[in-house]
Amino acid sequence: MNELVEITNVSKSYDGRNNVLTDVSLKLPKGKIVGLLGPNGSGKTTLIKMMNGLLQPSGGSIHIAGCPVGVESKARVAYLPDRTYLSGNRTVSEIIEFFCDFYQDFSREKAAAMLSSLDIPYSQRLKSMSKGTKEKMQLVLVMSRNADLYILDEPIAGVDPAARDYILRTILSNYNPESTVLISTHLIGDIEKVLDEVVFLRRGQIVLYTSVDNVREQHGKSVDDYFREVFAC
Amino acid sequence: MAWNLDCDRPIYLQLVERIQKQIVSGQYRPGSRLPSVRELAAIASVNPNTMQKAFTELERGGLIITQRTNGRIVTEDQNMIDNVRREMACKHTDEFFRRMEEIGYTRQESIERILKFSEREERGE
Repeated sequence: MNELVEITNVSKSYDGRNNVLTDVSLKLPKGKIVGLLGPNGSGKTTLIKMMNGLLQPSGGSIHIAGCPVGVESKARVAYLPDRTYLSGNRTVSEIIEFFCDFYQDFSREKAAAMLSSLDIPYSQRLKSMSKGTKEKMQLVLVMSRNADLYILDEPIAGVDPAARDYILRTILSNYNPESTVLISTHLIGDIEKVLDEVVFLRRGQIVLYTSVDNVREQHGKSVDDYFREVFAC
Repeated sequence: MAWNLDCDRPIYLQLVERIQKQIVSGQYRPGSRLPSVRELAAIASVNPNTMQKAFTELERGGLIITQRTNGRIVTEDQNMIDNVRREMACKHTDEFFRRMEEIGYTRQESIERILKFSEREERGE
């Protein structure tokens, strides 16, 4: 069992007529940082939601570490959604307690170390945080788990370049070689050098799955530039 | 501080060149211990697997050696380091001539240019 994620012939339609995803098959190994790249509306978030059991595929199957998506797989996947589900009234320490109760693999020590390096006090309420701090706070929660798979939906979209660097460093320094990180984004340039592999999604289909250095070797340009070429409007 | 990388060439090759440069310039002395893959990946802000690939490449060339107990060290073979240094110098020289050709200098004219330049430097102009 080398594959951590096995997506087999997955299709998804919200209205029964138009497919958001069509016959997507993808295997992700352990120990990689993978970029899920595609323009708006290409199906990135839909695929991620199905990997987390928030949506059901219309056809096909998804297995994570050998289990179909469900209670067992959720215990092994740390998921950063594209929007928050946390109540703004909660303080940092309440949220940390909540996560400790909820996830067996949550590490208080990791969270404490990251929060102190970010100067986020435990007494602060979520609603009093800036947008960027909120995003960092949520990344801290996700990266404090010792999961097999981290799925980050647009982790760097709303933050300034310095905060982006911090987020990327956090991902790099907390990632362990046994786990895989899947990052969806359209801000490729900022994230390219931390990725092993990239998946290009276009109109609900995978058009490319290769390594970053392969793209650079074959095309003599960055993944960012190649993306702009492939998806030129 | 993240390392500056060109966007048109494979990342691991640029990491190889960067570490080679640090070795031939004496920043990492012969026989000294190198940081771990993780440490260096974090410093450079690159993927650890890419850094590992760069290390593997450097090991294949013999410039760095993995010791079971001591991590990775820089070779103590000064000849090898000198060879790599010469290769890098050749690359830079090629690059210089290529750029001069782009603006219409022949090899001979480029060489004369360098000589004139260094004479002037010596006279302190």
